Amino acid sequence: MSFLDLKNVTKIYPNGTKAVHETSLSVEEGEFMVFVGPSGCGKSTLLRMVAGLEDITEGEITLDGNLINEVDPSERDIAMVFQNYALYPHMNVYNNLAYGLKNRGIDKKDIEQKVNEAAKLLQISEYLERKPSMLSGGQRQRVAMGRAIVRNPKIFLFDEPLSNLDAKLRIQMRLEIKKLQQKVGVTSIFVTHDQTEAMTLADKLAVINNGVIEQLATPIEIYNNPKSLFVAGFIGSPQMNFIEGELKNNTLSAEGFEIKNVKSDFNGDITLGIRPEHLSQSDNGLINLNVDLVEQLGSDNLVYGQLKDKKDFCYRCPGNLTIKKGDKLSLNIDNENYFIFDKSSGKRVN
Amino acid sequence: MKIKPLQISAHIILLLGVLLMVVPIWISFASSTHDTVTILTEGMKFNIGEHFSRNYNEVLNEKGGWSEEVTAAKMFINSFIMALGIATLKVTISAMSAYALVYYRFKLAVPIFWLIFITLLVPLEVRIFPTYKIVSDLGLTNSYTGLILPLVASATATFFFRQFYRTIPDELLESAKLDGANSWRFFLDFLVPLSKTMIAAMFIFMFVYGYSQYLWPLIMTTSEKYWTVVMGMKIIFTESYEGVALPRTAERFAYIILSMIPPVLVVVILQKWFIKGLIQTEK
Ligand SMILES: Nc1ncnc2c1ncn2[C@@H]1O[C@H](COP(=O)(O)OP(=O)(O)OP(=O)(O)O)[C@@H](O)[C@H]1O
Ligand SMILES: [Mg+2]
Repeated sequence: MSFLDLKNVTKIYPNGTKAVHETSLSVEEGEFMVFVGPSGCGKSTLLRMVAGLEDITEGEITLDGNLINEVDPSERDIAMVFQNYALYPHMNVYNNLAYGLKNRGIDKKDIEQKVNEAAKLLQISEYLERKPSMLSGGQRQRVAMGRAIVRNPKIFLFDEPLSNLDAKLRIQMRLEIKKLQQKVGVTSIFVTHDQTEAMTLADKLAVINNGVIEQLATPIEIYNNPKSLFVAGFIGSPQMNFIEGELKNNTLSAEGFEIKNVKSDFNGDITLGIRPEHLSQSDNGLINLNVDLVEQLGSDNLVYGQLKDKKDFCYRCPGNLTIKKGDKLSLNIDNENYFIFDKSSGKRVN
Repeated sequence: MKIKPLQISAHIILLLGVLLMVVPIWISFASSTHDTVTILTEGMKFNIGEHFSRNYNEVLNEKGGWSEEVTAAKMFINSFIMALGIATLKVTISAMSAYALVYYRFKLAVPIFWLIFITLLVPLEVRIFPTYKIVSDLGLTNSYTGLILPLVASATATFFFRQFYRTIPDELLESAKLDGANSWRFFLDFLVPLSKTMIAAMFIFMFVYGYSQYLWPLIMTTSEKYWTVVMGMKIIFTESYEGVALPRTAERFAYIILSMIPPVLVVVILQKWFIKGLIQTEK
């Protein structure tokens, strides 16, 4: 049994919305689990059921060996960082951190020591006397983290805690959260709809769509080996290219090209997925691209264009290649690095 | 800096408003320092007279009423107790019932709220006989409890607290819960401090409401020991002159001035809080 176990957990809201479908999942002690998925897919709902803020319609959640379905959130020993931080507006930073400890009846001296330690760790020691309204977004974020850390809970939950920060601060805080989690070693679940955040933070990544976990694995496994069309499209930036086609007797035919000896027994309509970074230029390549636009990132260039059938397509090449608008490129797929999905079910078939 | 005509006219209007409020009080005060004969013969006064200490001394200490036992000082105390009790209980009960209505989500919360709200249509004056019957059946006539209890429920305050609580984001409750706060702690540690300006405002209104009650204490009390200031105004300081009751006007003015002090004090004390809360915007 793992540290946190969800068994066939289902959530149906009173208005009939089924937000989470029979979901099973386990998180090991000390692991950093990330839930990622588009808006409305049920990430928050799942997290809030772990926290005890939503009733569990069906299924079981066990934490550290105890069934917690009916345990009040105040008794679960879980800390959560909210998207808008939910700092206590009438208390100064010190009391924001100390409040949870006070409720647990810890004596004053210990509280002071713990708060000061946490404040130091998060570099908010100078602001302890301030009210939250007198802090910047990044500082509030740290206070929210501090409030979670100081209690040394069994598990940390984060619900999109970085989405209110500007891009630069977000990257910085992302790093800090990762470092902090490694230092403190607390089991964590982090919810986000940003795939970069998900990839960089996660030990394990759960890609959720419409209340169902589509794939649960390490980030690199998900990147290398997406199990479904949805996962393939969601993870990776820029997005994977998709081309419609047909697979028959191990031969894949799409608009303008064919791939022979495909390792798949599937026959029928398929979607071919190719990541922009898994392509390279060659004479007589499979794919012919008419370049519309080139984005120079320095290290890389992102080349956008259209295929024969006017379908949009992206190719990522090293930054030292000079490609300009109007060029016609001929591209090959590197090392059979392509993914084939059943067009109707979205399941991976190669 | 040029002063614009608009500014001037605004100030004139404000000044007129201030005069309208202050002049009657000043007249009462000035008149209270003369003797009754002067006022009766010369009308109300604008200047300070010589009888300040004598008049006020008399008002505070002279025993009046039928039994010649009750003093104005005693009536001030009664009124103060009554108003304090009403204001405190009204604020407490309203805040707590609004808390229940907003945070305990059960189906009847909304109908119950409207039921409470409808009670605004039946103020004490309308239901005074049944109320009197209940209070007297409970043996509470001539007691502070009897004076206070029928007036402690407040739909208005419940309404204001409810509206305020509804603006508090749910995350605050949720994160307090995860921090180990139970319902009581959330009420005491969050809602009360967050609504302290509203509590102060409600307390002021309710204190003045309680202090100016007339009909209820009049019906409720048969013993002069429980007379209140507002009742006393009509009854005491009357002099019998050839069988006709004549008011002792100067003493009555002094009495009026004194009767204004407790509510004014409450406003002045709580105003500090009130303004502090307004300045420190807490998001
Ligand atoms: N209180 C509620 N009552 C009814 N339906 C709800 C409630 N809360 C959420 N839902 C629905 O449940 C589904 C999942 O919502 P949830 O908040 O978990 O999404 P999410 O993945 O966190 O999305 P986002 O990334 O936008 O935060 C949505 O379709 C939403 O409309
Ligand atoms: Mg969400």
